Amino acid sequence: MRLSGGNGDERSAGAAQGRTEAPAAAIAVTDLVKAYGPVRAVDGISFSVPRGAIVGLLGGNGAGKTTTIAMIMGLTLPTTGTARVLGSDMARERHRALHRINFQSPYVEMPLRLTIRQNLTVFGQLYGVRPLRERIDELAASLDLTALLDRPSGKLSAGQKTRVALAKALINAPDVLLLDEPTASLDPDTADWVRTRLEVYRRERGAAILLASHNMPEVERLCDDVIMMRAGRIVDRGAPADLISRYGRDNMEDVFLDVARGRGQGAVT
Amino acid sequence: MSLKGTGLNAMGPDDMSRAATDYVAISPRRVGAMVLRYSYLLRSSWPRLLDLVYWPAVQMLMWGFLQTYLARQSGMAAQAGGAFIGAVLLWDILFRGQVGFSITFLEEMWSRNLGNLMMTPLRPAEFVAALMVMSLIRLAIGLIPVSLLALAFFGFNLWGLGLAFAAFFVNLILTSWAIGLLACGLILKKGMGAEAFAWSVTFVLLPLCCVYYPVATLPVWLQFIARALPPTYVFEGLRDLVLNRHFDATAMIISLGLNVVYFAAAVVGFSLLLRSARVSGSLLQTGE
Repeated sequence: MRLSGGNGDERSAGAAQGRTEAPAAAIAVTDLVKAYGPVRAVDGISFSVPRGAIVGLLGGNGAGKTTTIAMIMGLTLPTTGTARVLGSDMARERHRALHRINFQSPYVEMPLRLTIRQNLTVFGQLYGVRPLRERIDELAASLDLTALLDRPSGKLSAGQKTRVALAKALINAPDVLLLDEPTASLDPDTADWVRTRLEVYRRERGAAILLASHNMPEVERLCDDVIMMRAGRIVDRGAPADLISRYGRDNMEDVFLDVARGRGQGAVT
Repeated sequence: MSLKGTGLNAMGPDDMSRAATDYVAISPRRVGAMVLRYSYLLRSSWPRLLDLVYWPAVQMLMWGFLQTYLARQSGMAAQAGGAFIGAVLLWDILFRGQVGFSITFLEEMWSRNLGNLMMTPLRPAEFVAALMVMSLIRLAIGLIPVSLLALAFFGFNLWGLGLAFAAFFVNLILTSWAIGLLACGLILKKGMGAEAFAWSVTFVLLPLCCVYYPVATLPVWLQFIARALPPTYVFEGLRDLVLNRHFDATAMIISLGLNVVYFAAAVVGFSLLLRSARVSGSLLQTGE
């Protein structure tokens, strides 16, 4: 599986593989621009994410990752260009797709005074999940939250909060999952645990996952492809192994540093 | 590792198809989910519940005793029996209705939960409907015991106003929602810097709507402004009812007409501010 895209040059994943019929992309970003006055936070990027793929969105602070994700979610309107999820233009008709999407972000939290069960009940009802009680019990069992279900969310450790956020993100069994730093501030054991859950979810559900992360071992492990951004533009992309090979490096950490500092050979296709 | 039986993937494609077909533009279920969320919050926090009763009770008692004192000093105040306390209680409908609406919204900002909600199928109209319901619930929690206190301490029966009270209530709550809607729109656009606006905006109506005195007390030019505000007709109507035993239905219809105009303007304003927040990208990065 190959990632398609570039600055103002969208191609389908299927076409990149020479197939005659491209599979419908779960996420399709076309010529996306977000300008704040003279500053272009996102500067004409295009890419698509096939169903069943985990794609990493990488870049230093201020590269435009979070703005890109916010536009894909429809929370921020693009200056020009489109972001489509499951065929719906998220700037204009996001409500057609929202019941099949979910997300996790360090910018949001679950209400702290509510118990885990109460929070999941509210979000489950908002998504129309049925039967909800069984779904919450299943998620709690799989995410090791059963004993915590009646504890207020504000009285959880960082690792427990992450598991609750993951339970919220999976409550509607989304076809598209947007994750912004899902393992930030977690200890290695908990982070590994979360990654395993994400791998399993993708494999079993066939969900498309767009992952913004600064954790390069995580990216190497999870991502089929990565998009590397700098100053609002896509500066490189490809499978982690290909990028490592192309840059003549040993790991994605070094590739990231090369890209972030404008060194090395990137090949925008 | 398989997900079978783990719960991560318990919903199959058929479930999701059903969920998709269940999607409707305005969903009472989603409004109910939000009301449930706020009821969980209220039930988990006795200071929040106490706050709903505390200030209305303090204000009503203060004005009630002042009225009692004035009644003993002059016949004028005695004639106005119930006007002060009635005005206090009706003012609380206007003020607490707006604050209840706005605070319920602010709870999402304080808890940094707005981004989560915005990514669910919850529509803005459903969110606003839930805020209205919570405004009524919070108002009831405060107003019912305080109105009973007014009856016990000062013999003023708010509920005895009957249909007039219903007309007063509808007009005041509509105004409070219109103001609350605009306040929430401003918070969406400007962030928590606009929080103070949500707390204080209704107070500008206190002198202009002539809560405790007749419109004729105002300078003539200010009377025109007062007459353009729906609550003015309510407080004038209350005094007319208490002092003259006369209910002016026409004034209530004028007030309702003004409310329809203001509420429609608030809906347009909220929609524009929400869109502006999406343009500026401020929806995701909100919080304390």
